[in-house]
Amino acid sequence: MIRLFLRDLKLAMRAGGGFGLGLAFFLIVIVLVPFGVGPDNAILRAIAPGILWVAALLACLLSLDRMFQLDYEDGSLDLLATAPIPMEGVVAVKAAAHWMTTGLPLTLAAPVLGVLLNLAPAGYGWLLAALTLGTPALSMIGAFGAALTVGLKRGGLLLSLLVLPLYVPTLIFGAEVTRRGAEGLAVATPLTLLAGITLGAVALLPFAAAAAIRINLR
Amino acid sequence: MLRVHDLTCARGGMAVLEHVGLDLAAGEVLVLRGPNGSGKTTLLRTLAGLQPALAGRIDCAPDAIAYAAHADGIKATLSVAENLAFWAGIYGVTDIKNALQSFEIEHLSDRMAQNLSAGQKRRLGLARLLVTGRPIWMLDEPTVSLDIASVKLFAGVVRRHLGDGGAALIATHVDLGLQAQDLDITAFQAASQPGGAFEEAFT
Repeated sequence: MIRLFLRDLKLAMRAGGGFGLGLAFFLIVIVLVPFGVGPDNAILRAIAPGILWVAALLACLLSLDRMFQLDYEDGSLDLLATAPIPMEGVVAVKAAAHWMTTGLPLTLAAPVLGVLLNLAPAGYGWLLAALTLGTPALSMIGAFGAALTVGLKRGGLLLSLLVLPLYVPTLIFGAEVTRRGAEGLAVATPLTLLAGITLGAVALLPFAAAAAIRINLR
Repeated sequence: MLRVHDLTCARGGMAVLEHVGLDLAAGEVLVLRGPNGSGKTTLLRTLAGLQPALAGRIDCAPDAIAYAAHADGIKATLSVAENLAFWAGIYGVTDIKNALQSFEIEHLSDRMAQNLSAGQKRRLGLARLLVTGRPIWMLDEPTVSLDIASVKLFAGVVRRHLGDGGAALIATHVDLGLQAQDLDITAFQAASQPGGAFEEAFT
């Protein structure tokens, strides 16, 4: 399993692997928003948590369809299915690798980019906390969506339609943690719910995704 | 090692093969014959556990089957050695040298897989079988894009595998020069039932 994790990281880092795709998209969106919205500091401060979260979510979505599709196309997925590791483990490991190459860089870059949106000083810590807690759910839910659409040619659109509604709770609570944190309000409730979503997704979705892949391989 | 009894396999919800029966003992190789589309791949995928059988029994030790499909599962941006070491790691094996030597791709081990020829890729895909350490090989047209010398090389590897107590089930159209039994699967072809799967879905 650790082999698979390391291989996925290595593939992402090599040429054409897609590492940095999400990060670059995130960067571009956050840099462009102030130009579009205008230089009013109060407005930027008010929309900063929401924009940061929406951009992070879309950046995550960008690389999802590669998660199983590439392995499906070159036959690796068939061979992994007959290998002595459980498909649930394969899904969990691939979601973890996706988080390492997408969610983690986004989380680390977000506080820096928060400056561009004039995020309130109290919000930086909570932004980091919310993204750390929330982005694993984005990768895991995305893995489920990717598992459902593996084998479909040009399944990217269907994948987005399937996954975006499932992302909504994470988005709401993640942005809420950041907004409340920035305004100095209590964040315990949305933070707990955000953690609950992530833990629930990580606990349950590998099984659902593995079942979807087995059906799609038939 | 492998005993199949009265197996029915389906592709896309339609039964393709019916009442398939075969026996494979250690040291034996069984060659599946049949024209394109006769269900060789479907049978192999069913036996490998990638798709469920509609009916019948497959008696086989768990984790005994190594499956090799048309696609080799090679990552273009990894080197030959990295590709093979990954699969070896999945099967808990550390030594890949023997597998590289057996298929004469040791001199390519540092080359990126994207720079290999089709035949070299195929040999790398087949070398994966050796690192699985599994006794029953299920090979789907293993000689595609191999030249005559490589086919001989492959036949030698299969012969060694049989000598070590392994067995192989090979779907192929070429003569491998092995002491093999032939199994013509056209005899098992299911009677076509037009619309059968469709009506079944509504009953």
